[in-house]
Amino acid sequence: MNALYWWLTLAVLLFCIGAFGVLVRRNVIVVVMCLELMLNAVNIALVAISNFRAGALGAGTLFSLFIITLAAAEVTVGLAIVIANYRNRRTVQTDQYDELKG
Amino acid sequence: MEGTQYMKIAVALIVLLPLAGFIITLLLGKRLFRARSHILPVALVTVTAVLSVYAFEWVVRHPDTAFVWNAFSWVAAGRFTVEWGFLVDPLTGIMLLVVGIIGMLVHYYSIGYMKDDPGYYRFFAYLNLFMFAMFVLILANNYLLLFLGWEGVGLCSYLLISFWFRKKSASQAGKKAFLVNRVGDFGFTLGMFLIFVTTGTLQFTGVFDKAEMIGSGTLLWICLLLFTGAVGKSAQFPLHVWLPDAMEGPTPVSALIHAATMVNAGVYMVARSYPLFVQAHTAMLIVMIIGTFTAIYSAYIAITQNDIKKVIAYSTISSLGFMFMALGAGAWAAGIFYLFAHGFFKGLLFLCSGSVIHAMGGEQDMRNMGGLRKKIPITFWTMLIGAIALIGVFPFAGFWAKDEILGSDFSGGYYVVWAVGIVTAFLTAVFAFRLIFMTFFGKSRASEEVQRHIHESAKVMTIPLVLLAIPAALLGILVGWPPDTGWIHTFLQPVFFDVEREKFVWVGVGGGLMVFSVAVALLGVYVAYVMYIRRTELPGRLAARLPVAYEASFNKMYMDQVYEVVPIRSTIAFAGWLWTFFDVKVIDGAVNGLARLWELLGERLRPLQTGRVQNYAFSIFAGMLVLVVVLAWVWGS
Amino acid sequence: MTWSAQIGFPILSVITFLPLAGVLLMLLFGRGRPAVYKVISLVVTLAAFVLSIVMLVALDTKAPGMQFVENFTWIKALNIHYGMGVDGIAALLLFLTTLLGVIVILGSWNYVKDREMGFFISLLLLQVGMAGVFCATDLFLFYVFWEAMLVPMYFIIGIWGGPRRIYAAIKFFLFTLVGSLLMLVAIIVVVYYVKDNTAGGLTFNIQELSRQVYTYHLQFWAFLAFFLAFAIKVPMFPLHTWLPDAHVEAPTAGSVILAGVLLKMGGYGMLRFCLPFFPDAAVTFIPYIVVLSVIAIVYGALVSLVQKDLKKLVAYSSVSHMGFVTVGIFAAIAVANNAAGMEGAILVMFSHGLLTGALFLMVGYMYERTHTRQIADMALLARPMPIMAGFFLFFVFGSAGLPGLSGFVGEFLSLLGLFVYSHWLAAIAATGVILAAAYLLWMFQRTMFNDRGDEDVRPAAEGLRDLGVREILTLVPLVVLVIWVGVYPNTLLDFLHLPVQEILHRVTPSLQSAQAHGVAQLVDAAKGLF
Repeated sequence: MNALYWWLTLAVLLFCIGAFGVLVRRNVIVVVMCLELMLNAVNIALVAISNFRAGALGAGTLFSLFIITLAAAEVTVGLAIVIANYRNRRTVQTDQYDELKG
Repeated sequence: MEGTQYMKIAVALIVLLPLAGFIITLLLGKRLFRARSHILPVALVTVTAVLSVYAFEWVVRHPDTAFVWNAFSWVAAGRFTVEWGFLVDPLTGIMLLVVGIIGMLVHYYSIGYMKDDPGYYRFFAYLNLFMFAMFVLILANNYLLLFLGWEGVGLCSYLLISFWFRKKSASQAGKKAFLVNRVGDFGFTLGMFLIFVTTGTLQFTGVFDKAEMIGSGTLLWICLLLFTGAVGKSAQFPLHVWLPDAMEGPTPVSALIHAATMVNAGVYMVARSYPLFVQAHTAMLIVMIIGTFTAIYSAYIAITQNDIKKVIAYSTISSLGFMFMALGAGAWAAGIFYLFAHGFFKGLLFLCSGSVIHAMGGEQDMRNMGGLRKKIPITFWTMLIGAIALIGVFPFAGFWAKDEILGSDFSGGYYVVWAVGIVTAFLTAVFAFRLIFMTFFGKSRASEEVQRHIHESAKVMTIPLVLLAIPAALLGILVGWPPDTGWIHTFLQPVFFDVEREKFVWVGVGGGLMVFSVAVALLGVYVAYVMYIRRTELPGRLAARLPVAYEASFNKMYMDQVYEVVPIRSTIAFAGWLWTFFDVKVIDGAVNGLARLWELLGERLRPLQTGRVQNYAFSIFAGMLVLVVVLAWVWGS
Repeated sequence: MTWSAQIGFPILSVITFLPLAGVLLMLLFGRGRPAVYKVISLVVTLAAFVLSIVMLVALDTKAPGMQFVENFTWIKALNIHYGMGVDGIAALLLFLTTLLGVIVILGSWNYVKDREMGFFISLLLLQVGMAGVFCATDLFLFYVFWEAMLVPMYFIIGIWGGPRRIYAAIKFFLFTLVGSLLMLVAIIVVVYYVKDNTAGGLTFNIQELSRQVYTYHLQFWAFLAFFLAFAIKVPMFPLHTWLPDAHVEAPTAGSVILAGVLLKMGGYGMLRFCLPFFPDAAVTFIPYIVVLSVIAIVYGALVSLVQKDLKKLVAYSSVSHMGFVTVGIFAAIAVANNAAGMEGAILVMFSHGLLTGALFLMVGYMYERTHTRQIADMALLARPMPIMAGFFLFFVFGSAGLPGLSGFVGEFLSLLGLFVYSHWLAAIAATGVILAAAYLLWMFQRTMFNDRGDEDVRPAAEGLRDLGVREILTLVPLVVLVIWVGVYPNTLLDFLHLPVQEILHRVTPSLQSAQAHGVAQLVDAAKGLF
């Protein structure tokens, strides 16, 4: 088995854990953490592919740098929203954020 | 042609002067003229009367040439062209005389009659507008322009009947008059369409030139449709119901519009369409039947009416029926002769009744009159002349015309029509003298208060009465002598070119009929004398003995009730159903139903929006998964 | 003919966009100063009106095609032009638009209390849209104006309307939008059909497009789409139900414009697009459209008869009167040599704009005084307000088709056109004229005269102010025009002869082939559709 596959398996596992967390956890902060997990899973996959495939020209590494930057910004904004929301609603549980219920 | 320049000016002025009078009086009357509002209209109408006489005299001097003048184009669309075109021929000449002279006298009369009315200026403005429309009607040289005048006089009739619009009955009557006329105009309009489609023009000469080429079926339709219009305007059965109600208007209006001029428009139009009718025998027959029926029908109603104006109104309907009877029987010139004479004596009767009403302080019920002979002598004598002229006693105006009509019914072989005509003449004599006796003879039945104020009308009112009484008495013998070949027949010869005239025989059928009908009329007078002077209890006993006959007559044959139920109520009920059910429920219901459908659909889909972020996230993942699978499948294969 | 050859400046654009300039001025200088913005709006509409008279005078009634043409490329990639131009029909309607523009500004001088400047801006923007619709010679531009006009009207009804204004505004908007979206689809189909099948390539030029030959299949559907859009605007039975609601809720100015101009766009669209673009389909649909129109005439009149609200009554009477328009147009193409019907139809459009506009204006004036539009709440208004009664009577009789006033000539000609096509249908339609007199006179009696038993005036009716100078000024031009058109309609008809001939030339071959093939063509077409 190629080493790439191990790396990719790791990425997929991480991604699934993240996705699972996003879907089932109720705490918004945990959901945000899980989102980060998914992003990092993608980062791993990108770096790995970029490393193992010569034709990739290191573009994957570049992408992952972008993602890390964006993730940082996203976490900042996301946590700010969470805090603002917490001030209003006194809760961080997602199932209580249901203003848009039809 | 000699004199056409002057004729053009005359015709233009005849039409335009009253119009100018109307506009100026309407605009300035209220603020500026006030109680002097009559000066301008009366002056203008006097000038038009003179001009009418001039035009008439022109026709007399040019018996064989009609004056035709197409002033300017009115409508030119596609193949359809109509001019503002005028025509003066003998028929128009007669009408000009009637309208011009009676119009003028009624204007003078109104100065006294309408004095102190708050709507004084308005009244004279409307009267002038009426004169304008009426002149357009009789001067038009095509059907469409005639129709303009036709509707114009209808408008004025509406305005003047509703003149005292504060009274419900007046505003109701005005509306009724216009609407009933509209029903007739519906036929007139379709008739014009049919004429245009068949002949390609609406100009009289153009249409009549092609009259012989029109198929008989089409021609019958044309004539019947035109006659429908005439039935409306000339108040023939079954569209007569508006005329009695029209008496709500001031009395001068009744005299001018609803006796002497406008209501004759239908007769005039049928006479004008002579070349069409003369070829459609079935149409002529229908005209005669309707006319005959209307004549006796309304004479029968007139007998029991108590309102002095209503009696004369029904008498007018009856007389108009007489005219149609004449036209239908082929006695064209006699019909127009009757129209001519009738304009004067019926106008006179109305003006006299106005004078009576004026004297009685607004009272119109004859049961509250009586004994007025001494108190208002001028009115009495002129009215008596009018009544004698109406019932057709030798040698007054009505006699000559009426006997020519009855004579031609007889010689034409329409014996039933003749018999009905004789009965009508008898009834006419009864109700006319019932009116005279109830109003002027016997003891006064008015209250003390009213009696004290009875007075003869002012000069401005009585002089027109006298001036009208003269033609009412003498006109017949002047133009109608000798019977069937008198001046009027020669004069109208160019218009009714095809009518064969019989030589009147004094000793024989003609003379016999004449004596007979005069005898019948005198019998009627005698019956009225017995019933309303000698034995005044008789009418009541008769009414009690024949309740059905009396009630039917008194309630005007229940025609108003019939109209109320059948066309009016049912139309409104149907319209109400259309609106509240069809429009609101069906059409709008369908529209709103469609909107509701989408709303329901949205309602069903609403629960999908739980408001929980993770549900949405789950559907995103699921959707992605589906996409991946589908794409893999597509690319894989 | 181009504008430079005819008059020296792009007159149509100036007329169309003058109100827009007025709006800019109002925004710059008028904020919070009613006197300023009212005068500005009056001045620009007056200027547009004067220019439209100049345009009418300068128009050559003997020259075929469009006049005062302006043509600039707008969107190059799609060959869309900014194209303006008028023929006689459009010129008359443009004149009507600018006339009513002035009148509504003057008529609603003190009508609106709330957000007044916005109201005047909406009126001016509306006028831009309406004028543009009549001037556009480019289909795309036409569509832009057509839709642009909806927005200010939506606001006029929705903001300054009566209690149910939102319902009415949305209903109005949705009805019109459904029609115009269908039209948009048809426009695209038509344009791309021409691109694919002719050497000329992509074009939106209306004249160009109306010279093409389309397959019957395309004509059938495209006609339906276009026709539906215009039929909703007219409005034709049974698509009329937005009209009473919109009228009742709209402020007076909105009603006047709605009845006076917007409805005319339906008729205009049929003449400009439905007939010349799709003559074969138009011929196929004649019987259905004529029957629906006759139903509209009688139906509208009957329903008017039982209305309790003055505005609703006039609204339904519009349905009836506009029936004469569609009937005239389609009866005219149904029989050869029947131009009178079509010219009559256009005349009805013009005169209905004057008369019904005036009636709505007067109902508005009555409402300002009595604060009601319910007929039952009025009586004997002629006593305190004789001038009002006089004007009202004039327009009532005009609307009832009194000869000598404008309504008569148009209705007569269009009925005559119908009579040539079918005697019986014409007879049925003519009952509408009787009914018109019935509902109008009855209404007049109940509002102005007395229809109660007693002779007393209601105390409330006393002391009502009669029409003022400004209000009389808004009505006098209409009176003058109504009489003018009634007495000498040739002034208008002269503008119409040539455009109507052009339309009929386009349709006649289709009529002949349809007559030659009889019903067969219709059946074939139906087979081909599915």
